[in-house]
Amino acid sequence: MNRIGLTLGPLLFNWSAERLRGFYEGVARHSAFDRVHLGEVVCGKRMPFSDRVWPELIGMLEDAGKEVVLSTLALPATPRERRSVLEICRDGHLVEINDLTGLPVRTGLPFVVGPLVNVYSEGAARFLAARGAQTICMPVELSLASIGAIAAACRDVEIEVFAFGRLPLALSSRCYHARLHGLHKDSCQFVCERDPDGIDVETLEGQPFLAANGIQTLSHGVHAFCPTPAEAAAARIRRLRLSPHSTDMVIAGDIYRAVLDGVTTPAQALARLRELRLPGELVDGYARGAAGCSPAAP
Amino acid sequence: MTLELVCPAGTPSALRAAVEAGADAVYCGFRDETNARNFPGLNFSAEELHEGIRFAHRHGVRVLVAINTFMRAGIADAAADPWKIALACAEDAGADAVILADLAVLDHAATHHPGLRLHLSVQAAAATPEAIGFYAEAFGVKRVVLPRVLSVEEIAVLNQAIAVETEAFVFGGLCPMTEGRCALSSYATGRSPNLDGVCSPPEHVDYAQAPEGTTARLAGFAIDRFAPTQLAGYPTLCKGSFVAGGKTSHLFEDPVSLNAAGLVARLAKAGVTALKIEGRQRGKGYVAEVVRTFRAVVEAVETGRDPVEAERRLSSLVEGGRQTSGAYRKQWR
Repeated sequence: MNRIGLTLGPLLFNWSAERLRGFYEGVARHSAFDRVHLGEVVCGKRMPFSDRVWPELIGMLEDAGKEVVLSTLALPATPRERRSVLEICRDGHLVEINDLTGLPVRTGLPFVVGPLVNVYSEGAARFLAARGAQTICMPVELSLASIGAIAAACRDVEIEVFAFGRLPLALSSRCYHARLHGLHKDSCQFVCERDPDGIDVETLEGQPFLAANGIQTLSHGVHAFCPTPAEAAAARIRRLRLSPHSTDMVIAGDIYRAVLDGVTTPAQALARLRELRLPGELVDGYARGAAGCSPAAP
Repeated sequence: MTLELVCPAGTPSALRAAVEAGADAVYCGFRDETNARNFPGLNFSAEELHEGIRFAHRHGVRVLVAINTFMRAGIADAAADPWKIALACAEDAGADAVILADLAVLDHAATHHPGLRLHLSVQAAAATPEAIGFYAEAFGVKRVVLPRVLSVEEIAVLNQAIAVETEAFVFGGLCPMTEGRCALSSYATGRSPNLDGVCSPPEHVDYAQAPEGTTARLAGFAIDRFAPTQLAGYPTLCKGSFVAGGKTSHLFEDPVSLNAAGLVARLAKAGVTALKIEGRQRGKGYVAEVVRTFRAVVEAVETGRDPVEAERRLSSLVEGGRQTSGAYRKQWR
């Protein structure tokens, strides 16, 4: 049986160019990831800054033997944002679509479908596979049972599961970082750069609940799906995706590699993850068909 | 210029009320998870739909059937697939169009029900000419219900770039999140719009009364707090009051409803074909009043009169009394 791949998903937060360089240098040199996504997914206003950094990082990661995937915007709106999606989709690299805007120009060429595209059933997965989808990262809401059913029906597609990180739960055209600071999206002053994992959102009773990241809303809890090799194989999962956070992602990658290789147990993996500096408690309800906020096993 | 008024029918009696109040079209769904308003006491059986369509057609009113959730994985028996059954029932009942969101449902409809007119639901979140063009080309979609992320100016530009009709929400409940791309409800409760056709479902709602006021909770999370003198609102997750960065606020959206009556003339000029009123969960009295008043707005706009009187009546019908024009004005963002 093929080894289960380990993907470092696209960074969802607004990090400085310097921080991006340092982060991906570490990923290139030391990490267990075999595939790394680069590119802005959340906000087109961040692109003029990060777009300057990606070309050098692509070269560096490829030189280190990583497969690079170029991720595209989840909610392209302006002509410039749409143009950027179309340009990336015409690129020779493998690309990730996070909205159907890029699909017409990419049809027939291989692509990755991100978890923000609604693929909830075998029929939707088959439809995209027929147009060139090579990997589909399942929507975060789906249970392991549903994922297994889709994977069994679509054996020519690589099924990827969102396995680590704050869950990307919602998108809006409104920027919540700007709203929180009394600003509008068009004059946001890039206040989201202050929160490398998004800004915590608590209930009126002080209970950690969600996190805001520009136009995106994430879970406060950090989703952690750590299957045994047998469980992953039974559901025909071919890749796990870890979503970048400010914690040590190289160690997080090692923890997942070890559990996928059967070197450690899921319980040991969860215990090691809890030793990292995480932005929230570990949750895993979605995988079990429960509410996404349900805590992972202690 | 003629604007089509598309009105909600959560029940057969609301359908009749909307038809009699001046709707050009009504939309409704089946009593199961195939539509995004899957709430107890709402929606239609196959027989009720047949009868509703006969009634509407006698009055020259079209019926659009919303089958706008996402097909579940792992349905072993295709003959028992609720989405496929819903498509067949809608066609059989003589629906004028079906409103779909899911690639799997669209693909099945285009392949097996070529006679059905397809509209793209707001839940599909198609907001660019490229995405809308894709749905038109791949499935023959004839109309797109616009995601609530676009300003009026952007809608005008979009309509220049696409070959299909557009339908825009003008009144009723408003999601600040892009519809069809929101899992907040399932994160808290396990049930969501995409999977179950529900948001912030009532079985997870709890009101805790204390001397200082009432706390409205959803699945144990405090969503809002109301003073003893205040009417406690429903804890819809995205309209709650939260704490972030040391500030307490309605971070995502205030408890407001959409009222774009004042923008009808501009929406018409932007090339919109149809105006949609939200509210399948509302009673027939409310539906009749809103439809009648919106009919007056449309007639005023079409004859070049000022619809200010009708607009004022609509303000008093807004849920909770607070209204917004949402993303139609860029400052909302």
